Amino acid sequence: MNKKDIIICRCEDINLEQIHDLLDQGYTTIEDIKRLLRIGMGPCQGKTCGLLLQQEIARYLKCKTEEVALPKIRPLVTGVKLKAIVEGTKDER
Amino acid sequence: MTNKELIIVGGGPAGLAAAYTAAQTGCHVLLIDRNPQMGGQLIKQTHKFFGSEKQFAKTRGLNIAKKLISDVETCSDRIEIICDATVVGLYADQVVNVLHNEKYYKYHFDALIIATGAGEKMLAFENNDLPGIYGAGAVQTLMNLYGVLPGQNIVMVGSGNIGLIVSYQLIQAGVHVKALLEAAPKIGGYKVHASKLRRLGVDILTQTTIQRAIGNGCVNQIETIELDDSWKPIKGTEKLIDVDAVCIAVGLSPLYQLLAMGGAELKYVPELGGMVPIVDGLHQTTINNIFVAGDVAGVEEASSAIVEGYLSGLAAAAKIGYQQPDYQKSIADYQQQLKNLRSGPFGAKIRAGLKKVEAKTNA
Repeated sequence: MNKKDIIICRCEDINLEQIHDLLDQGYTTIEDIKRLLRIGMGPCQGKTCGLLLQQEIARYLKCKTEEVALPKIRPLVTGVKLKAIVEGTKDER
Repeated sequence: MTNKELIIVGGGPAGLAAAYTAAQTGCHVLLIDRNPQMGGQLIKQTHKFFGSEKQFAKTRGLNIAKKLISDVETCSDRIEIICDATVVGLYADQVVNVLHNEKYYKYHFDALIIATGAGEKMLAFENNDLPGIYGAGAVQTLMNLYGVLPGQNIVMVGSGNIGLIVSYQLIQAGVHVKALLEAAPKIGGYKVHASKLRRLGVDILTQTTIQRAIGNGCVNQIETIELDDSWKPIKGTEKLIDVDAVCIAVGLSPLYQLLAMGGAELKYVPELGGMVPIVDGLHQTTINNIFVAGDVAGVEEASSAIVEGYLSGLAAAAKIGYQQPDYQKSIADYQQQLKNLRSGPFGAKIRAGLKKVEAKTNA
């Protein structure tokens, strides 16, 4: 199995090998892996890779999928240009 | 910032149904959808639905969408619609922000119904990023909405109802469905759909999965492998199939992101597809005045999404002062319809899942 060719996060182009490298180093939470690889931080904000990463960590730790905590969800759900936010909130200043 | 009485996020079957019953009470509704047109997944569903007449059985999905949209249009004085708009944030002070045509808007709401639906699950296998590998939603959009074939020779992965129905639609469109793979020992969807495929000569390979896609620039072949009873690949059972497309239909997962950022209590329920909100009998979440309807509350069929929509629309409107004289009776009727839809052996999984997210309720 060539783990390099198994894409987990399409938005940020993260493959399974990169994830296993971090797991082997002891980074076993989605929050840690997200910060180190930017997995789940692209346009879809983890909608596609979130479950795959959760399953992969569960397999590695030999625990149930739901025992792997999902990352904190923050606004916004997709990319928004700062210009749009500045212009859209002008009347508040 | 503009104030809106009721904002509904998502114009699929649940959101449209909710807008309709809410508007019937006199409530003013803002219905927001990120797609260019309303109707959600229904607009690409060319097959006829099962169930009872009340939930549009024997009607094609796209015609159910037309009916729900025309119902909503009869209340155009009370329902404002914005398409091509994404609700990007939900905040504790009853505020949502919306991105529409590169512009950013903020709305305060009295009540909110989240009907964002579900997203497709993906599979991890070698070269899963090759062009020609699609989700079942994309195949339906291409084929049924735009009349574009995804390929000539395809393998379907997943034997739930979506995998079965889309395989049949591919055959109708002239595509050769070379095999249907299912990792489990049994077909996931209705036997009646699977039998149709078998009669047409489609190989349904259970306990088999896709291990690898092969191709230079696009998919040309896939390698399948058989799985043992503990879902482990069995070495030596690898087989190659020539394809120019692969369709992944391995289930859906509720789009819970807005609920999470708003602070609603969520729970992981595998029977319902993933993270789902705790709700009461009126489909209100643990956040006051925020309701849910449809697949975001647990992945089910469009028929139950519609009824959940009718129910939550009525309940949300009542919550902010638009209570109809026959309110209790209507709510009880919708609750009974949902119960009927979930009865029988195929509803067992849903019933078990929903039990886990029931909040204490007086409804």
